Amino acid sequence: MSETTLNDDQDLSGLPLVDNPVMPYLRQERIPHIWCPGCGIGTTVNCFTRALEEAALDLDKVAIVSGIGCTGRVAGYLNLDSFHTTHGRAIPFATGLKLANPDLNVVVYSGDGDLFAIGGNHFMHAARRNMDLLVVCVNNFTYGMTGGQVAPTTPIGATQTTMPFGNFENPASLPFLADAAGATFVARWTVFHVRQLTRCFKEALGKKGFRFIEIMAPCPTLFLRRNRLGDGVDMVRQYKERSVLRNGADTKEVAVGMEGDIVVGTFVDRERPTWLEAMNSHFSSVLGDRYRTYGG
Amino acid sequence: MSDATPVRKAKGTVFVQPEVCKGCSYCIEFCPTDCLEFSREFNAKGYHFPVLGRPEDCTGCGLCGLYCPDFAIFGMRFKDIEAAKAASLASHPTR
Repeated sequence: MSETTLNDDQDLSGLPLVDNPVMPYLRQERIPHIWCPGCGIGTTVNCFTRALEEAALDLDKVAIVSGIGCTGRVAGYLNLDSFHTTHGRAIPFATGLKLANPDLNVVVYSGDGDLFAIGGNHFMHAARRNMDLLVVCVNNFTYGMTGGQVAPTTPIGATQTTMPFGNFENPASLPFLADAAGATFVARWTVFHVRQLTRCFKEALGKKGFRFIEIMAPCPTLFLRRNRLGDGVDMVRQYKERSVLRNGADTKEVAVGMEGDIVVGTFVDRERPTWLEAMNSHFSSVLGDRYRTYGG
Repeated sequence: MSDATPVRKAKGTVFVQPEVCKGCSYCIEFCPTDCLEFSREFNAKGYHFPVLGRPEDCTGCGLCGLYCPDFAIFGMRFKDIEAAKAASLASHPTR
């Protein structure tokens, strides 16, 4: 669709045409994207690209891996080395990518269903090993692409296609899970906090170890419509009213429900040897001169 | 001091691509100076897109571009526009 790219010379406000700052990071032939009106995933992509720009990273050394789902499409839209893996296996693929190319900055960008239901075991083990990955989870509390089934993050009381009388299953608190499994950096923001999220992405991109960022995003077509919560912008307004900044909060106390506070901020920031560092130091001490260190 | 309302002067502007907009109203809702509004016209998909209703209030902060999930709008300060144009021409020499 030629009329959708900024390179067409439609001069819209009588001023010289300039590029949207996000455009160099997108595969422009694939825009407009498939996300629904009011979906927050595009906003997180904006923040991510802005952080890439500010961090001044060599884009040939950044790889992005996604699983399946609405958020799984991010890898297809970003003009980086990207891979769209099978359902739930974004982290195993990213682990292999990182270990084969230790100088890459590998980002896993996926949804809550992909990372915590289908790929929950992989998440736990990558965090336990402290694999050097940045895992970004866009949490919309439902399975968006498949029709609004109950996800591991759906709050109690929410109505979904597979829970027409309301959900009674206890949801997972993702920052608590990541903290308990051993992640070195755990943060949570919502789609409302664009500046903070950009800063958080930038900070996390410069760190080492297993870093986890949860971003709350509205799903207007399924989660909000079924629960009569209004449109995407109504939910973002709710995030604005309900969110409470608490950096360094105990992750036991940051669970989210249908109502009540949403605690946002950077909860965990600690140092642990990454998997490669641990392997190198272990084999160096056991094998001595016979071992040649690998990667970073 | 006179009682006259101070004359406000725009410090920046927004660029909108109406055809990729899906009318989610994030930019209108979260504009810090409240200078955007929905257009009266529709785009090809049938959505109202944002227009700069009060251009004198725009500071070019670019928050609309950070919020826009469809990459349809972005704001820029006047003083940055020329540099951005030069950079854009350098990156797309054929344009």
